Amino acid sequence: MTAISKHKEKQAIKIPLGERVFYMVDDALMILLCVLILIPLIHVVAGSFSDGASYMSHSGLLLWPLNPTLAAYRSVINNQNIWTGYRNTLFVVIVGTSLDMLFSLVAAYVLSRKKYMLKNFFNLLVVFSMYFSGGMIPFFLVVKGVGLYKSIWALILPSLVNVFNLVIVRTAMTGVPDSLEESAQLDGAGHLTILFRIITPLVLPSVAVVALYYAVSHWNSWFNAMLFIKDRKYYPLQLILREILILSDTDEGFMMSETIQFATIVVATIPILCVYPFIQRYFVKGIMVGAVKG
Amino acid sequence: MSTLSKPGKGQVINRPRVSLGKRIHRDLQMNWRLYLLFLPVLAYFIIFKYAPMAGLVISFQDYKAAKGIPGSKWVGMKHFISFFNDPFLPRLLRNTITIALSTLIFSFPSAIVLALLINELRSRKMSRVVQTISYIPHFISVVVVCGIIRDLVSRTGGVTMLLHSILGIQVTNMLYEPNYFVPIYIVSDIWSNIGWNSIVYLSALTAIDQELYEAARVDGANKWHQIIHITIPCLVPTIVIMFILKVGKMFDVGYEKIMLLYTPLTYERADVINTYVYRRGFAENVNFSYSTAVGFFNSVVCFALVFITNKITHRMGGNSLW
Repeated sequence: MTAISKHKEKQAIKIPLGERVFYMVDDALMILLCVLILIPLIHVVAGSFSDGASYMSHSGLLLWPLNPTLAAYRSVINNQNIWTGYRNTLFVVIVGTSLDMLFSLVAAYVLSRKKYMLKNFFNLLVVFSMYFSGGMIPFFLVVKGVGLYKSIWALILPSLVNVFNLVIVRTAMTGVPDSLEESAQLDGAGHLTILFRIITPLVLPSVAVVALYYAVSHWNSWFNAMLFIKDRKYYPLQLILREILILSDTDEGFMMSETIQFATIVVATIPILCVYPFIQRYFVKGIMVGAVKG
Repeated sequence: MSTLSKPGKGQVINRPRVSLGKRIHRDLQMNWRLYLLFLPVLAYFIIFKYAPMAGLVISFQDYKAAKGIPGSKWVGMKHFISFFNDPFLPRLLRNTITIALSTLIFSFPSAIVLALLINELRSRKMSRVVQTISYIPHFISVVVVCGIIRDLVSRTGGVTMLLHSILGIQVTNMLYEPNYFVPIYIVSDIWSNIGWNSIVYLSALTAIDQELYEAARVDGANKWHQIIHITIPCLVPTIVIMFILKVGKMFDVGYEKIMLLYTPLTYERADVINTYVYRRGFAENVNFSYSTAVGFFNSVVCFALVFITNKITHRMGGNSLW
């Protein structure tokens, strides 16, 4: 008896061959994917520590620096444009993300309230703008018309609310039980108190993810800056990077050695890469997309 | 009884007549703070979202900045007609559709597959490592990504060398070859977004009731059956919504990235509607009204696509945006 039941137990635990193969293939695929994702990055980092002349005469991928040197970093650090760009970008990221969050939280709060006449109208107004837009030229004319042309605020005010982000927060707020709000109201709390003291802490994962979305999009955006910023003093980092990485290929005036390009990439990318692991634990929790329903 | 029911009847009759004014009054009285709170948001949407929509009228004008919209001459459909006769139109449509469909066919499912594969990993640690690594490229700006691409596919670049030794392609700067443009675009697009786009699906996967799997196992379903009959059906609502959103953005194909990668040498395969809008608006042969007309056409097509896709998916299974 006992022998038989033991035997059965063993069988139950044993993973069938097909499944074992499946797991092995899965593991292998994931390792391959990680390698493919990392190789270009390793190449960039290795290139940034390489000697300029050695890199020029080399072809193919680098996994390790050629004649390691810090020369490229030295010239990046001495490049005043990069630091000006950094300063402007930091301004846009900090001020922009704060205002984005303020507007998005308030908008999501109002849109997720119950019982007021214009609720459906407001929601329609907001969601419709996600699917239809005036396009590039009218947008440009409006921004120019309100006096933001050539101002760094053109990188902040016209993109205050991203509807997709707003919808993520709104969905999270809709999930907060009404009773909390009602009891706070009985205690005499106003809308702002309810929003920032009660609801926001409860939807923190979504708030964190959306804040990261906004920060990353400010950090990475260059197109609006190209349209609106004409004074080099206000160039954000990405416009400087565009000169160094893209225009240097075609335009003699911007010629720059590849190792310096790589070092610039590293210097310009490390900060944002350092931020996201802290917020990563919120990623999966914070984004519910059942969500986007209008 | 009857006396009690009378006022009730009277109310029913009266309600529609009194209601609107009274209801607005009551609504304002109760909710004015809420409306006040929304005012700045409303102002933002009107100025930066709806005013540009109104600005689309300049596509029916010969807009002159000096004269403004009221002073510029109205020309009706002129710009739309000349766009439909534009010698570049076939090329723009072909490229836009090719790139949009390629993204839909290759990039879109790649994130779903990745989410499934991550979900099936047995080691927690490995799953976390794969996620962390696959998210990295999303945080690298499009300017930097294009800078890296330029290096990798140059004459002496790593990808060129690799493809030369494996497939025997000619050693050349691949960015100057029109036929390589779409593959470069798509592969780098997957590299950038596969991890990040998989998050939505992973978050949907965590919501699946584990008991379903246990029940299936008791019934003798193997791994494959479980994926086909439990995991994927549970993902479908999310997939449908992401698909509709993707379709809406389809014709907006990553023009920022294309602008950083293309050259007049590759316009043949790379020039899409939005890059053309930019060039005709700011770079060559500048004409705001014409450019707006082209953009208008693009917006209408996008909106129609979302609308139609939504209708179809709604009819097919009830998953839809509205």
